[in-house]
Amino acid sequence: MNKYTPVIGLEIHVQLATKSKMFSRCSADWFGKEPNTVVCPVSLGLPGALPVPNKKAIEWAILVGMALQCKQNKVSKFDRKHYFYPDLPKGYQISQYDQPFSYDGMYEFISKKSGELKKIRIKRVHLEEDTGKLIHQGDESLVDFNRSGMPLVEIVTEPDFDNSDDVKQFLEELQVIVRSQGVSDADMDKGSMRLEPNISLRKEGETELPNYKVEVKNINSFNFAKRAIDFEVKRHAEILDRGETPPQETRGYSEGNSSTVSQRIKEEAADYRYFPEPDIPPFVFDDDFFAEIKKQMQELPHENIKRYESLGITYDEAYILTRDKKVSLLFDKLIEALDSDLIGKAARLVVNKKFALTDNIDKAVVEIKNLLQPKETNEDTLNTVIDEVLAQNSAQVEEFKQGKETVLMFFIGQVMKGMKGQADAQRVQEVLREKLA
Amino acid sequence: MNLLGKSLTELLKSELHSQDVVDYFHKRIVKYNPTLHAFVSVDEQSPKIKEDRANEKLKGLPISLKDNIGALYSPTTASSKLLETYTAQYAATITHKLAKDGATLLGKTNLDAWAHGSSTETSDFGATHNPYNIDYVPGGSSGGSAAAVSAGLIPAAIGTETAGSIRLPASWSGVVGLKPTYGRVSRYGIVAMGSSWDCPGPITQTVEDAALLLSTLAGKDLHDATTIDQEVPNYVAELTKERKMTIGIAQEYFENVDPEIVTLVQQAVSLLQKSGHTVKKIKLLHPKYAISVYMLLQRSEVSSNLARYDGIRFGKNRSFFGKEAERRILLGTYALSSGYYDAYYKTAQKVRYLIRQDFENVFNEVDVIFAPTAPITATKLGDNEKFAFYGEMMDVLTEPAAAAGIPAISIPIGMHSSGLPVGGQFMARHFDETTLLQVAHQLEQLISFDRLSVMNRYE
Repeated sequence: MNKYTPVIGLEIHVQLATKSKMFSRCSADWFGKEPNTVVCPVSLGLPGALPVPNKKAIEWAILVGMALQCKQNKVSKFDRKHYFYPDLPKGYQISQYDQPFSYDGMYEFISKKSGELKKIRIKRVHLEEDTGKLIHQGDESLVDFNRSGMPLVEIVTEPDFDNSDDVKQFLEELQVIVRSQGVSDADMDKGSMRLEPNISLRKEGETELPNYKVEVKNINSFNFAKRAIDFEVKRHAEILDRGETPPQETRGYSEGNSSTVSQRIKEEAADYRYFPEPDIPPFVFDDDFFAEIKKQMQELPHENIKRYESLGITYDEAYILTRDKKVSLLFDKLIEALDSDLIGKAARLVVNKKFALTDNIDKAVVEIKNLLQPKETNEDTLNTVIDEVLAQNSAQVEEFKQGKETVLMFFIGQVMKGMKGQADAQRVQEVLREKLA
Repeated sequence: MNLLGKSLTELLKSELHSQDVVDYFHKRIVKYNPTLHAFVSVDEQSPKIKEDRANEKLKGLPISLKDNIGALYSPTTASSKLLETYTAQYAATITHKLAKDGATLLGKTNLDAWAHGSSTETSDFGATHNPYNIDYVPGGSSGGSAAAVSAGLIPAAIGTETAGSIRLPASWSGVVGLKPTYGRVSRYGIVAMGSSWDCPGPITQTVEDAALLLSTLAGKDLHDATTIDQEVPNYVAELTKERKMTIGIAQEYFENVDPEIVTLVQQAVSLLQKSGHTVKKIKLLHPKYAISVYMLLQRSEVSSNLARYDGIRFGKNRSFFGKEAERRILLGTYALSSGYYDAYYKTAQKVRYLIRQDFENVFNEVDVIFAPTAPITATKLGDNEKFAFYGEMMDVLTEPAAAAGIPAISIPIGMHSSGLPVGGQFMARHFDETTLLQVAHQLEQLISFDRLSVMNRYE
């Protein structure tokens, strides 16, 4: 049996949280609304309707590109991508072809799986419009155009991943990045973040790209992405072992049995007949424009981690604190209110969920100081309480004596309860051990 | 009451009650449309003027729209069976602007289906007839608008041009047709044909009316990203400034042109010269290049713009496309296909840029260019099938300005011995409609074309 290395690339779509749609003044508040009520001539593709680009969406798309260390095209444009599908009202999607807003980026992360530094090249970040949605009911198919024309950022990576764990980690981190900029809720459940991995295998040690790839669609969680890739890797290996090449195709992930099924075999590349969107003049950006966007950029998660590390927080704890912008913003307020020597300890308390961090910072400071204060222990009371606890739980005492160490935690809990929390846990443990010896 | 030959401006100045004017023209349309078939649809009853409109600039006077221009809750068919049952769900920007300025919209005029054509014969609802001779076509694709104005069924109408569709029918029907600069007038709400070419404009009895209507139509539109934010001059006030100009004449625009037309153009040139204008010989790229550019770029855009009529919505499927639309979709699809895109679309874009540059260079030497509008006069009904590239042949002289996006206007300059009118066209710099209208107005005064005789035939 041969050894193979997976070659995995990603195509990720992120729906931007703008107020209006991508090319019209139509409301973008479409999710969960009655079908075909959040529409306008432009999002319906009615005769004569014309697209007018949403400036905010362009700025945010460029912002995402900048967050992924991309270069920006000074001259950019929209293009028409043609294909027929009932949820595509114009017969073409307004997208970007050869001059995307951003290209040639890079994302670095420390792999949780291997501990290695991984570098993923970002091929391009472009902006396009979303399609409507098909709803199948019995033998009828209905179209809902509420989502039609929503701004969608497409992020394309080079096939630089070699395992599904790294893919999952990258996706989680990308979600955090997007959310940190406030440009999308990047919610997999709502479809405001969507992903399509493409997978192929090459023999270990080879460097050339395989002559096929399989795209997997219909993945709506990061875990499913991992499972879909694992399934594909195994499937391809079996085919390759037989001396065959897996067909170039699009497959759909099936949640029920964590497998994928063929949807469409691609015999040759689809011809989308791209040409420059004549309804939207090309863009010529200057440095001031990019500088303005850069100014809008919020602190990125990796920068946040560095800042926290410089304040005495460990990498692991800083990583956890920076997964949710709401948490890190609250923690920033806490930092301002705390003595600097308490920050590292406070971070540990938050990460270990020793108390709930809310926007009542004053209360949080009191709680933290309280938790970090060594407890005054009344030795007499402690002795009494411990004796009582041991007397009432003779069965557990017996278990401990036979070597079941975990019972100690039970005793500590009971004693702390008897002490109404007014005891130092360390001291409680010492006395307990003495008495149990 | 006889309002024949009264221009929109004259009607505005008259003491007539606008409702009477609307009723008058409504009656004429009902009476003569069966002969001319200039209108695709017209209200059964004469529309009642809305009170507020009577006080606006256009005082409630009637104006007709080409049937590819959307008017709220009105049929907008683009003369295609495919859209026969479609009702516009929103008003085109220009429709809205006309209404806001007080126009009463009266009837939708015929066109070649999807505006694909130069004769109005390819309309799925039947050809429009030339008022000068009903065996002849009015030109197209805005033939319904041109014939309606020519026969006095409406004082003025709105057409659209992609490459000649306003100027050619104006020329063949003996009326004034103005194609503004691309980006001067909003395309929002007009069934798209060649998006980077399409340009709505007025078809009128006089240059003054064209100026009046352009003032209403022009301006930046937040719904059309290709409109330009540039101040709209008071075209009517500017019209009477008797500027002396340098007028360019390019030999390339006289090749294979009917000798009688050449003579009429030369007579017009002499009149201009005698009244103090300078005439200068210039060299321009041969118009034939514009034909190739147009053929590729417009077909490409058509194939894309018609993709939305996929049979899922609008009630009719793709079999309702006529032959011409089918041909254009196929050619455009081919030109955009991978492997051909660079050779066709991209090359055509480059040549288009050269055409534009060529005009810009010439406009360093002259204020306007004057040329025949069409190489021949109106053709007989049915003759378009005898020519493989009928539209391209008829529009050869109008396509370069359309490719360059510059403004141009065709005005009647005399009669051919065949009894059909002849048009001459001026072309000017981007966004310099002011100069264009000034010089056209001056020539119009010098020629004083008889527009009344033809109308009297429909009385």
